[in-house]
Amino acid sequence: MSESNMTPLVSVQNLCKTYGGEKRLFGGSMPALKAVNNVSFDIAPGETLGLVGESGSGKSTTGRVLLQLEAPTGGDILYKGENITGLSKAMLKPYRRDMQVIFQDPYASLNPRMTVGEFVGEPLEVHNLASSRREREDRVASLFTKVGLDPSFMKRYPHEFSGGQRQRVNIARAIALNPAFIVADEPITALDVSIQAQIVNLFQDLQDELGLTYLFIAHDLSMIRYLCHRVAVMLRGRIVEIGPCDAIFENPQHAYTKALLSAIPVPDPDIERDRRPLVFDVGANLPREEAVLRPVGNRHFVLEV
Amino acid sequence: MAPLLEVRNLTVAFDTPAGTVHAVNDVSYSLEEGETLGIVGESGSGKSVHALSMVGLIATPPGRIVRGEVLFNGRDLLALSQRELFEVRGKEIGFVFQDPMTSLNPVLTIERQIAEPLRRHFGMSVSQARRRVVELLELVGIPDAARRARQYPHEFSGGMRQRVMIAIGISCNPKLLIADEATTALDVTVQAQILDLVRDLKKKIGTTVIWITHDMGVVAGLADTVQVMYGGRIMERGPVRAVFHDPRNAYTWGLLKSLPHGGRRGVTRLYQIPGNPPDLTKEPIGDPFAPRNPFATERCRIETPPLGEVEGSVAGHRAAAWYDLRAEIAATQVQP
Repeated sequence: MSESNMTPLVSVQNLCKTYGGEKRLFGGSMPALKAVNNVSFDIAPGETLGLVGESGSGKSTTGRVLLQLEAPTGGDILYKGENITGLSKAMLKPYRRDMQVIFQDPYASLNPRMTVGEFVGEPLEVHNLASSRREREDRVASLFTKVGLDPSFMKRYPHEFSGGQRQRVNIARAIALNPAFIVADEPITALDVSIQAQIVNLFQDLQDELGLTYLFIAHDLSMIRYLCHRVAVMLRGRIVEIGPCDAIFENPQHAYTKALLSAIPVPDPDIERDRRPLVFDVGANLPREEAVLRPVGNRHFVLEV
Repeated sequence: MAPLLEVRNLTVAFDTPAGTVHAVNDVSYSLEEGETLGIVGESGSGKSVHALSMVGLIATPPGRIVRGEVLFNGRDLLALSQRELFEVRGKEIGFVFQDPMTSLNPVLTIERQIAEPLRRHFGMSVSQARRRVVELLELVGIPDAARRARQYPHEFSGGMRQRVMIAIGISCNPKLLIADEATTALDVTVQAQILDLVRDLKKKIGTTVIWITHDMGVVAGLADTVQVMYGGRIMERGPVRAVFHDPRNAYTWGLLKSLPHGGRRGVTRLYQIPGNPPDLTKEPIGDPFAPRNPFATERCRIETPPLGEVEGSVAGHRAAAWYDLRAEIAATQVQP
């Protein structure tokens, strides 16, 4: 899928995001929290990179900073080889078209006062991509069909939809501008179990059809294997392991990756009865500041201990 | 021996501006002492509401218990006054809820909160309660218990807070512990520790447990019996191994099939249950899963299937289905 000599679609180099650390009015400074600490990765066109880790690991912040929804405190963000870090709002606008985001809570992401048709058509309006109201509605209708929603639902309001349908609406809006890259931040976590598979399959179908590239953020490793080509595991702001899905799942190297994999409950009583999850004490095993990622296999890297 | 808990025809509705929500429809089951029952279902399945309504924890109105009996140790909980229920809750039936962040009072020390039911139900003195609190915190695996007891909830991590919740739940040695999505908000590694703790506590103090969750994996590791709910009804129920390895209801089957089983991208496609969750404001007629069930028959749409003993499986394995799931699956597999 991704040739090593191909220019990555998205690339982050030594990305950092620190909160706090500002000087207090009277003496001392606020404690600094390195939410994202020296994170680097490439995503090839058409590739899905999974970003996993527990709450507070910095995975969502990485996604937000990558999109410059928040300014990074260090490092560079490259899109198709161009450094787009710190560009002005106006300069970023064309890139915003290309890089979209889908959030976890499908209801909070929708505007309750807008029909879902208006909501999906709004980006087309903002970027002046439809010459008439009629054309916009036609395009929204085809987006609805693409994500598996009946176009007759366009006139309805968000509260009339179930969680899975709402997430389909969010996905329709995200692909409205024909983006190349989508950051999906826990897009299935809030959905019912019987709906999760539908949305996972939709993500894949859209990728096959539109050639999309994804950064898929999740705390649940079990779906990752169905969706991603590569996975990066984060711990306290650092990437501790990154590599092809098979390598991470079959041959995890970092103690934290092993613990994370061993903790996933398996829906089989025979396996589950005897499963003993590995314990990993985060506090006692914080990544050293100067530690670097070392290769351990084909495109498989582990943070040295 | 009579079961510890016997639920008979429990039916709960909510009167809302959008219409009557039929949240729990004719739910009947029994639970033996020492048994761990895993109840699985998604939002709107009635799994939480049915448990809350048993002990008078749903707001009335809009909630309304339409009919049914809940016999706990032979006593009908639904016939008790709020005052009498006050004595049951916390003392005989302990609870652990989903969100340890909002279930604890942020301005009271952990000690105060664990001691409250002890002082109220057993009339313990402050020093007696204090000793018991430290004991409980040690039991749920909180290190340095005596010091930690005097701290406030914000000084605990999510996993530690959930341990505190479990300590409160078991503080009065309840006969029954009901945990509602108790590990859902936690990270997987923390969840694994909490599940270990619960298994351990069951061994040590033999509590009967109802574990409500949407996670089939959690149930597989914890429960003796699993009960699958959908649209306010029990779809299938039985010993975990029987239900997981030989499901007879199409919803259970679809749910298990749609979970990732180590399949890979591009190699395997996830099975997906078609359609959307049921609209509970509609009159509950027929099998609630029928509109999403590829094997549904005409009868499924008009007549509710009873939860009947399954042929050719172990005792206690029951399913609600008018169709023969095994035959249907066999038929689809021979086709090209």
